[in-house]
Amino acid sequence: MNNNAAVSFEGVCRYFGDVRAVDNVSLMVRDGEFFSILGPSGSGKTTCLRLIAGFDRPTAGRILLYEQDVSQLPPYERDVNTVFQDYALFPHMTVGENIAYGLMIKKIPKTERQRRVEEMLDLVRLPDMALRKPGQLSGGQRQRVALARALINNPKVLLLDEPLGALDLKLRQQMQIELKTIQKRVGITFIYVTHDQEEALTMSDRIAVFNQGNVEQVGTPTDIYEHPATLFAAGFVGVSNLIRGELAERITGTQLPFSIRPEKIRLARMTEIPGPSTFSTTGCVRDVIYLGIFTRYLVELDGGGDLVVAQQNLETTSMEVLSAKGQHVRLIWSCDHIRHLEA
Amino acid sequence: MLKHLSTYLYLRPGVVLLLLLGPPMLYMLVVYLGSLFALLINSFFYLDGYTGKVVHQFTLQTYAELLQASNMEIILRTVVMAGAVTLADAVVAFPLAYYIAKHASPKMKTWLYIAVTLPLWSSYLVRVYAWKLILAKEGIVSWFVNLLGLDGILGWLLHLPGIGGSSLSLSPIGMFIVFTYIWLPYMILPIQTALERVPKSYLEASGDLGAKPLATFRFVTLPLAFPGVVAGSIFTFSLTLGDFIVPLSLGNSRFFIGQAVYSHQGTSGNIPLAAAFTVGPVVIMIIYLLIARKLGAFDAL
Amino acid sequence: MHSKHSSPRESAPLALKLAAFGSLLFLNVPLLIIFLYAFTTDETTFTFPLPGVTTQWFAVALGRTDLWAALWLTLRVAAVATLVALILGTLAAAAVYRSNFFGKDAISLLLILPLALPGIVTGIALRSALGSLAIPFSYWTIVIGHATFCIVVVYNNVLARFRRTSGSLVEASMDLGANAFQTFRHVVLPNIATALLAGGMLAFALSFDEIIVTTFTAGQQMTLPIWIFSQLTRPRDRPVTNVVAMFVILITFLPIFFAQKISAGSADAGEEAR
Repeated sequence: MNNNAAVSFEGVCRYFGDVRAVDNVSLMVRDGEFFSILGPSGSGKTTCLRLIAGFDRPTAGRILLYEQDVSQLPPYERDVNTVFQDYALFPHMTVGENIAYGLMIKKIPKTERQRRVEEMLDLVRLPDMALRKPGQLSGGQRQRVALARALINNPKVLLLDEPLGALDLKLRQQMQIELKTIQKRVGITFIYVTHDQEEALTMSDRIAVFNQGNVEQVGTPTDIYEHPATLFAAGFVGVSNLIRGELAERITGTQLPFSIRPEKIRLARMTEIPGPSTFSTTGCVRDVIYLGIFTRYLVELDGGGDLVVAQQNLETTSMEVLSAKGQHVRLIWSCDHIRHLEA
Repeated sequence: MLKHLSTYLYLRPGVVLLLLLGPPMLYMLVVYLGSLFALLINSFFYLDGYTGKVVHQFTLQTYAELLQASNMEIILRTVVMAGAVTLADAVVAFPLAYYIAKHASPKMKTWLYIAVTLPLWSSYLVRVYAWKLILAKEGIVSWFVNLLGLDGILGWLLHLPGIGGSSLSLSPIGMFIVFTYIWLPYMILPIQTALERVPKSYLEASGDLGAKPLATFRFVTLPLAFPGVVAGSIFTFSLTLGDFIVPLSLGNSRFFIGQAVYSHQGTSGNIPLAAAFTVGPVVIMIIYLLIARKLGAFDAL
Repeated sequence: MHSKHSSPRESAPLALKLAAFGSLLFLNVPLLIIFLYAFTTDETTFTFPLPGVTTQWFAVALGRTDLWAALWLTLRVAAVATLVALILGTLAAAAVYRSNFFGKDAISLLLILPLALPGIVTGIALRSALGSLAIPFSYWTIVIGHATFCIVVVYNNVLARFRRTSGSLVEASMDLGANAFQTFRHVVLPNIATALLAGGMLAFALSFDEIIVTTFTAGQQMTLPIWIFSQLTRPRDRPVTNVVAMFVILITFLPIFFAQKISAGSADAGEEAR
């Protein structure tokens, strides 16, 4: 990974009539990184991907691929490949033919094609599947074939459009690790679109948080999680614990809204006196959700609003935590851990 | 080269649309709609009785000719036949459609569906011919009637004015039977579709509320199946209205609309009158379709 | 409380069964009768029961050059009409599937009009138009007439197939480096192949059997249906006609049968691969 720009957006806009799917977006994806575009439905993330791939053209602005302006080039002229959300495997071809498709178009001889297909099948851990038809494969297998089909062409950038959405949880988590491993091995820039913030946090080198066609924040997973720049970023990534207005003033001394992550808050007895460099407030435990590894508490604050607190069940049992329901407690957290936000 | 053309087209979806839609639309607009338009125009010309040539002047006299008693009789005759055939088809089709929709297992259904559409796959002309065979004076039906000793009734039927004839194969009765036969599948299918859409729970609820099977049929099943009947009737009515093969093969000198059109454009070259005659069924069908739409037939198609 | 059982088919009342069966017989027996009469020894009438059984008429029919000429003409017309329908129908289906444009619904309506309006309307319309333009009736006028109603059959089949395939297949192909023409050849065409086949067969059968429009657009030409029609009104060759009728049933039956099989088969395959 170096600092060369693999993909650059310069003031890119894509309007559909009155709808601003992508509104003046500028960002830069570095060569060799695993870059995620994270956002809810309708945020413009898929549109951005399609603009990079070439299935759509910007209403305004430029898209650069390694310094070359590709904004008006059709998909087959761009050295970019896509893994589609529905895999888009050609049903009338075998797995092997699917994977070799790009090479076949480039008129690469058959023996060479076969060799590289086998290489790819090994990479995605589907050996001996070359003669099967897509209809005979499971979802996870199809996904891997789609990946192989894209990677075999050695594209400069690989685009992935929510590829794991259709898989069940365990398989999804397994594939996340596999994808990351493959990316590191192959060294290609990956641009990954998802609405699942956990996925983005797990896999990415950097994330761009999208909302309604705009980029809210670009940064490493840690940056975004610990230091969200906007209200939306704070709310979308991780649990939304937002305090503002009068209550914010009472707790922190200023009226600026702030966010605090649930695991940074400690549940304490009402009588405990908060130490130095901490903020504190009180409330009543409205709900307790025991999740094995940790427990989530919903605390209704005396000053209005509520906070979600997550604590590891290090020494407590389920019986003990559940008994906290209805109790009046004090919440304490370090001053360092809050993040002031612009609205 | 091809690649450049491809890129050129890729950036211009409007051009692509034109290239795709152009040829078929050109063909349909010029050949088909153009002809229809020409036909309509022709109905406003008239045939000069003396010269035998068509005069290209706008006039309504051809339509006036259409409204004459003899021509109106033709139209009326055809409409009555179409109505009778529609009724007959509805009655004959219903039990079979009901059975397929409500009582057949899924496997049976496929077979029954094939059995119903099978005749449609065979030549229409041949099926008409088949009935010429069957209804012939010396043919199967006669033999059968003879066997049952019903000769007298058949003779009486054939002597009825208006619908009788010299034999079954040359009479309106015969035409009626053949029409009913030919269009039957077109009536069965929509009724079956409509009946299948009636949830079983409706019928059970009706029974639950105290209605006997016959009452359930009359008050629940029939009204819900009605749109299907109307849908099927569109076909039977329209097809009978415009047909000339059956009247020519099985009819007598009393013309139906189809024969009138065929004969007028033939030797006499009276295209205007033939055109006017054609406009008739088209107008009738448009009105029929509008009524049918109101009755919900289009949802049942 | 009624228990929910997976709808057992209660036995239908006997009257219903009889009526249904009766309708089925009514529908299908007449065709069998044709087959029967193809073997009768009776030369002049349609007497039943058959006076005798023979296969001689098959040989006679085979020897009739006028029949062969009619058959040949019918085949040529059907082939060309089908070809025209395949091209124009596919183009129209592609246009309707790909784009949203003003008047889109009108296209389907326009294409189905030749089938929706009585054949006699198409026939007389074409005849009057051809007459006004002083175009002589010929093989080509028959083809033009047939193509008008064959287009929609192909159009419907291909459009349905387009709608069943995943939209991203074309994008995937382009993404992998294929331009529009290569994509058509390697991805689109194989996927609609069965729809083209099914539509083509239906169009062929429709054209082969067509009589109404043909009578209006043929001059001296005689297609097989026209020949049969002439026998209907002025029967001269009853036994040969019976043989020809049987032959025509088989010839139009088979393509439609196979078209159905193909459509059903590809429907399942299409669902599988999604």
